[in-house]
Amino acid sequence: MFPTHKNEFKSGSTGLGWLNVFLRSREASLVLLIAVLTTVTTALNPRFLSPQSLKDLMLNVSIIALLVLGQTVIILMRQIDLSISSIVGITAFLSGTLFLNHPGIPSLVVVAIAILAGLLLGAINAALIAWGKIPALITTLGTLYIFRGANYAWVHGRQVNAANVPGSFLAIGTATFLGIPILTWIVLILLVIFAIGLRQYRAGREYYAIGSNPTAAVLAGINVSRRIATGFAISGAIAGLAGALWLARFGTVDATAGEGIELTVITSTVVGGVAITGGVGTVVGAVLGALLLSVFSSTLVFLRVPSFWQQAFQGAMLLLAIALDAYLAHRHAMRSRVKWSHV
Amino acid sequence: MSQNQTGTSTRRLARRVSWETMLAGLLAIAILGGALVNRDFLTVENWSNLLANFVEIALMALPLSLIVITGEIDLSVASILGLSSSLLGLLWEAKVAMPLAILLCLLLGAAAGALNGFLIVRFRLPSLAVTIGTLALLRGFAYILLGDKAVADFPPEYTAFGIGVIPFTFIPMPFALFIILAVVFWILLHHTTVGRRLYAIGGNQTAALFSGVDLKRLKMLLFIASGAISALAGIVYTFRFSSSRADNGTGFELSAIAAVFLGGVTVQGGKGTVTGVVLSLLLIGIINNVLTLADVANEILRIVTGSLLIASILLPNLIASTRERWRVRQRLREIAKFGAASTAK
Repeated sequence: MFPTHKNEFKSGSTGLGWLNVFLRSREASLVLLIAVLTTVTTALNPRFLSPQSLKDLMLNVSIIALLVLGQTVIILMRQIDLSISSIVGITAFLSGTLFLNHPGIPSLVVVAIAILAGLLLGAINAALIAWGKIPALITTLGTLYIFRGANYAWVHGRQVNAANVPGSFLAIGTATFLGIPILTWIVLILLVIFAIGLRQYRAGREYYAIGSNPTAAVLAGINVSRRIATGFAISGAIAGLAGALWLARFGTVDATAGEGIELTVITSTVVGGVAITGGVGTVVGAVLGALLLSVFSSTLVFLRVPSFWQQAFQGAMLLLAIALDAYLAHRHAMRSRVKWSHV
Repeated sequence: MSQNQTGTSTRRLARRVSWETMLAGLLAIAILGGALVNRDFLTVENWSNLLANFVEIALMALPLSLIVITGEIDLSVASILGLSSSLLGLLWEAKVAMPLAILLCLLLGAAAGALNGFLIVRFRLPSLAVTIGTLALLRGFAYILLGDKAVADFPPEYTAFGIGVIPFTFIPMPFALFIILAVVFWILLHHTTVGRRLYAIGGNQTAALFSGVDLKRLKMLLFIASGAISALAGIVYTFRFSSSRADNGTGFELSAIAAVFLGGVTVQGGKGTVTGVVLSLLLIGIINNVLTLADVANEILRIVTGSLLIASILLPNLIASTRERWRVRQRLREIAKFGAASTAK
């Protein structure tokens, strides 16, 4: 009769079958890669696992991981959001000027305003993409430059320093709870919310449906335009929060804050197993992708590789991840074709 | 009935006013406006300045428009420019003869384009994702080659090419290079079978494949051409500013892509002309020049280029959807009239 799921596993349980199962779970292979990388680097330089360097690692990965959450939602729908780095830049400086011009303003209010501002900028993307019918790549490439240009014009060479920001706010980036920085806790909580939301809720499943087959999603009665618009609004709001946290982490903000991080975020997401062709991947995988990239760049630093190599490595990893995804998808398609030929 | 006829005739008129005509009109308005706003605008020096200032972007936009016509995209052009500029600096510092260094840069550009083409054609990966990857990778290579230093002392006979004009005209020498290439691309796209095939690929990839178009080879060649010409743009940039740095031309892909779309090449592929792209390049060049003459800050120029990119797609979309809505309403009115007539019977 038809090969059942169990049989398929059994027939493939030769030496390579184990590898197959492993490759199929991107999260597991990422954890393994991170573990190997950490072990090797620690063997070469034991300071790699010191509490201070671990804390730095967590802080470094946190803001990228946060942005990865928004980007995952976008890439799941076969879209892309390049403008996040510029939104981070604007909202980081906005948060700084709020503290500067209104001493004594509660930190929560500042964060809320930053999120709102991000949401607003995301909504501009959303309107252009969902109702203006402009491809996301073009729209967000345009707004990447428009938002950054507006930021430069507004900031005009000024700078916000840590002295202008209250210590209680900076504590988000310095204080720890159970050994983990507050900043990382915030990201972890959001990660759980996103993971559950994308997995268990109707809206979350619709993002997957749109990405795996847009036409089928329309026929299934999903309001695709509205979903896409919501996605870009979410991505903007996340970038707004990331902007506020950027200020908390670094203290000093000028017009260049966040420039270029969109590449790191997209690379992390795709390395984390969210297929650029949409419909496949999880936020947990994507955040692990961010962690892998972060560990990798710390490794390069610890092995005294010049920092100029960083970007080339990142590009190579993105290309590798895309190629791997395409290969896995192709093999999956081949396999299901063989299975159907029995019928 | 008569209303219907006027409707079709306006529609026919709207169809006859091509995108190129509209661009030419805008260009005339921009030149007129520039001349009125600024007395320095219509001077010979300003025009040679204006043309020289966008020559790199113009060079990159030519193969890029052909790539977009086939339904793909190349975001890595500016990184190839930076890589070629860095290699040129490095080779010159290592006392390599300049003609050989230029040749090596062009070869490197072609190789970078071949890498894009190989990943896209051979592995059938989406060009958008691949070229975002090579955007980072190739810029990374530029940093590996040159780090944060700059090479500046290029031989005067070459920098003279970068900043000189053709004798007795205001046309900068690098711009002559662009004119030659534009003519080559114009002939290629509009007067050869290769051009017809490119449109066929963009119109319907499967149909093109079944009618015997070797689309893998064509796409591969396009990406190689894009790499080589982007490298050429890098060489021009290096000589024009007599400076080789790893971050040369960062962000130029935005302007090149904006020019292509503003030139009437559609995102879906299959449409667009070289004339349109050349007109839109001139238009962007003039707008930038007028704003620079008016002492508008650099960051505003970024906003303008970004807005032009978005507007170049938003406007045709809005026009098309209004036209569609109008057509549907017309049809509904006809149906209602027909229904009324049949019930009257």
